[in-house]
Amino acid sequence: MTSIPIQYYLIVAAALFCIGLAVAITKRHFIGMLLGIELMLNAVNINLVAFSRHDPEKLSGQLFALFVIVVAAAEVTVALAIVLRVYSRFKTVDPDKVSELKK
Amino acid sequence: MEAIVFYIFSALTLVAALVILFSKNLIYAAFSLFVAFLGVAALYVLAGADFLGVSQIMIYVGGILVLLIFGIMLTQKGEKSDDSSRHNRVEVLMSRGIWGTLIGAGLFVFLVKIILSSDFKLAGEVNSSKSTIKTIGVELMTSHLLPFEIAAILLLVALVGAAYLALNRNPAS
Repeated sequence: MTSIPIQYYLIVAAALFCIGLAVAITKRHFIGMLLGIELMLNAVNINLVAFSRHDPEKLSGQLFALFVIVVAAAEVTVALAIVLRVYSRFKTVDPDKVSELKK
Repeated sequence: MEAIVFYIFSALTLVAALVILFSKNLIYAAFSLFVAFLGVAALYVLAGADFLGVSQIMIYVGGILVLLIFGIMLTQKGEKSDDSSRHNRVEVLMSRGIWGTLIGAGLFVFLVKIILSSDFKLAGEVNSSKSTIKTIGVELMTSHLLPFEIAAILLLVALVGAAYLALNRNPAS
């Protein structure tokens, strides 16, 4: 049974990470930036799982990816609560317009 | 055969991610993220991580994505109009688009250069055909018990904190 070389997984993960970074930079919307961050976390998880293929006894990479998923869930809930507060205070979701501390 | 399936699912994931990058409507971006998450789950299964693939579908698609769509719908723009595609529109500044493309493409070229020049000496056999659930369960309850409990407390704190933050403190508005 032939198996896919690990470099293929790493290249796919690198492409996904860079697209996520570009999304987080270009979107002028709090939730759009969150979408980009989720894509980047998924790309990191692909790397962890790909290396974990070579460690079938302990599976450290898969366990680490599991904890990354848990932390991502916690992060998204708190971030959405903050976004809702900011929206009800400033009536906008544009990160450039929430600049009261600058003035 | 396995390689063809790998190519199909990685192409699906990358195309969905590109749709997120180029779509102007945020709801379309969220649904495209759904496809990207499913593609990533398929890549997990191809790499032999069946439990992680299932938990990816359950947590990301069933939990996080629903939360994100709720967030998009609760933060619509104030002014109403008849044009249905207007509410979730995200304007992209020219300078931000240029910077995002430059940084993303530059980092990608850099990473691919590193990956292609690296030479991994990996020990251990590649394909274990048995299920990973037993190993993950045993490891979680023995050597990874402390991170497991810390993750439980983190989830509890995030739940209480999110409920407190999203509380409507001014019932009049």
